[in-house]
Amino acid sequence: MSLSPQASRAAPKRRPGPPRSRRRTAETRAGYAFLAPWLLGFLALTAGPMIASAYLAFTDYHPIRGGSWIGLDNFDRLLDDPRFLDSVEVTATYAVVGTPIKLAAALGVAMLLNSRRRGQGTYRSLFYAPSLIGASVSVAIVWKAMFNDQGIVDDIGRFFGMSGGGWVGNPDLTLPMMILLAVWQFGAPMVIFLAGLKQIPHELYEAAQVDGAGPARRFFRITLPMLSPVLFFNLVLETINSFQIFASAFIISGGQGGPANSTLFYTLYLYQRGFGQGQLGYAAAMAWLLVIVVGIITLVFFRTSRYWVHYSGDGR
Amino acid sequence: MSTPLQTEPRPEPHGNPEPAREPARGALARRAAGRRRGRTLGFHLAAWALAVVVLYPGVWMVLSAFRPSSEIIGQTGLIPDQTTLDNFRKAFEGIGGISFWTFFGNSLFLAAASVIGVCLSCSVSAYAFARIDFPGRSVFFALMIGTLLLPFHVVIIPQFIMFNEIGWTDSYLPLLVGKFLATDAFFVFLMVQFMRNLPRELDESARIDGAGHPRIFVSIVLPLMRPVLATASIFAFIWSWNDFLAPLIYLRSPDSYPLPLMLRQYTDQTTTSDYGAQMAAAVLALVPVLIFFVLFQRYIVEGVATQGLKG
Repeated sequence: MSLSPQASRAAPKRRPGPPRSRRRTAETRAGYAFLAPWLLGFLALTAGPMIASAYLAFTDYHPIRGGSWIGLDNFDRLLDDPRFLDSVEVTATYAVVGTPIKLAAALGVAMLLNSRRRGQGTYRSLFYAPSLIGASVSVAIVWKAMFNDQGIVDDIGRFFGMSGGGWVGNPDLTLPMMILLAVWQFGAPMVIFLAGLKQIPHELYEAAQVDGAGPARRFFRITLPMLSPVLFFNLVLETINSFQIFASAFIISGGQGGPANSTLFYTLYLYQRGFGQGQLGYAAAMAWLLVIVVGIITLVFFRTSRYWVHYSGDGR
Repeated sequence: MSTPLQTEPRPEPHGNPEPAREPARGALARRAAGRRRGRTLGFHLAAWALAVVVLYPGVWMVLSAFRPSSEIIGQTGLIPDQTTLDNFRKAFEGIGGISFWTFFGNSLFLAAASVIGVCLSCSVSAYAFARIDFPGRSVFFALMIGTLLLPFHVVIIPQFIMFNEIGWTDSYLPLLVGKFLATDAFFVFLMVQFMRNLPRELDESARIDGAGHPRIFVSIVLPLMRPVLATASIFAFIWSWNDFLAPLIYLRSPDSYPLPLMLRQYTDQTTTSDYGAQMAAAVLALVPVLIFFVLFQRYIVEGVATQGLKG
């Protein structure tokens, strides 16, 4: 520590200590020693279980009865299971409709906040807050109360001429209610967009303005391309996150996924089958199906990214 | 409204830019300044309107907790006609003969243990990824990044069977063992990124002085990691505090429940007429998270921002 930078730069010429090969083995040993916690966790809690559930998916495993190999039966039954198909539809709608709205809100607010006006940091923190608590049981309870029959949202809706009765009990309105809960948590992608916007060199906008480009043109020709890596990151992350919604759906529907399966999200159904009814083999088949779908979606995102994600060559 | 006039983030000092302009352009500059002032006003109006919408559920929740149960439903307004502390009294009594503070203590224990586990295991593993050169490192790093995108569904079922077999269900071990084994790839990744930005000269000179990796890690790298450890601790705490699925799967005896499971009992057992106690309990469960947020908002928001940029 006491050495000056010059001394340390001169050091490699007369490096003391053991010869190179012995040093390498020492490095390797140290590397694995430091990596040990992660490696153990990865093998025992991630890789091992993944392989185990790939096997379980082909069995009818039950925590008490045990299980035996049943081949593709689970997958066959999944395709004929109306509740499973409902859960796929609910989750897909939620992801496909909710994620773009959430990201659009996040980008819009990020662009609003992207200036050096006073109070920008405060607004940023304020808008981020829902992301921190949005998945909690407390918020689910509040959401349910707000959207219930005669809750405040119902009253506002009635004021604007909607038929009352609350959103919680109406199968057509539960999913919009869940999407609103997701959009309310626009803060996390907003913070990431904001950080991305700050990296766009200001000269680009000045040059465009000199050339007479209007706000819309500047947005599509500068902001969006320059922001595309961040947009890509947010899109992948938020899409995958949207498949994992559980606590809010569980609390709002009392663990049932109702009314009429309208809040039967994939994770909730998997929980019902696996942990409610003990059909762990069936649930494992569902889990692997989800992994495959998420894998395909991620792959599609990455494969198509070269056409729409712009990485500046200088690698900032 | 006098200083925040600049719409363009130029490195000009704050203050009124007009006097610096040539007199011939005075009128134009004044009009531009007026437009800028209008835009600033518009910005604050828009931001305020948005803040009202975003904060409404939270404020409504807190105020509802002070309302008599009969008044919560059917009340659009924010300000209660009558206020009462009954709801909080009932919430503190807890549920099923178990006091609120038992649940609170359980949540606190789980969150504190998670923070310790994450800080220890993730920092050590991140050091291996960021500072030690060994065969297989890049493969493991890629695998670690891969687990960031892996849906948790695929591991919970075999994990449940495994923990059930070794008799760990209805204990905190299944909830905590992963934290001590760095399974939260997000934290490892965050710390690797942070360590890569620390100057290497420090470890090199320590190495010349004869220090090995354990020594360099403990006395050089770890002290410098304070900011990233703070960010990780905050997130580990809040995630553990809000976690619902894992306790739901593993915990059986109600006196070991953390707060989210207590809240779930409220929604199960009480009828709509006891909304008040539900609200009060929900508010109480969020208080620590909100305190954390108010105290550490910079760390939290910056942590999220860097995660996105370096991803």
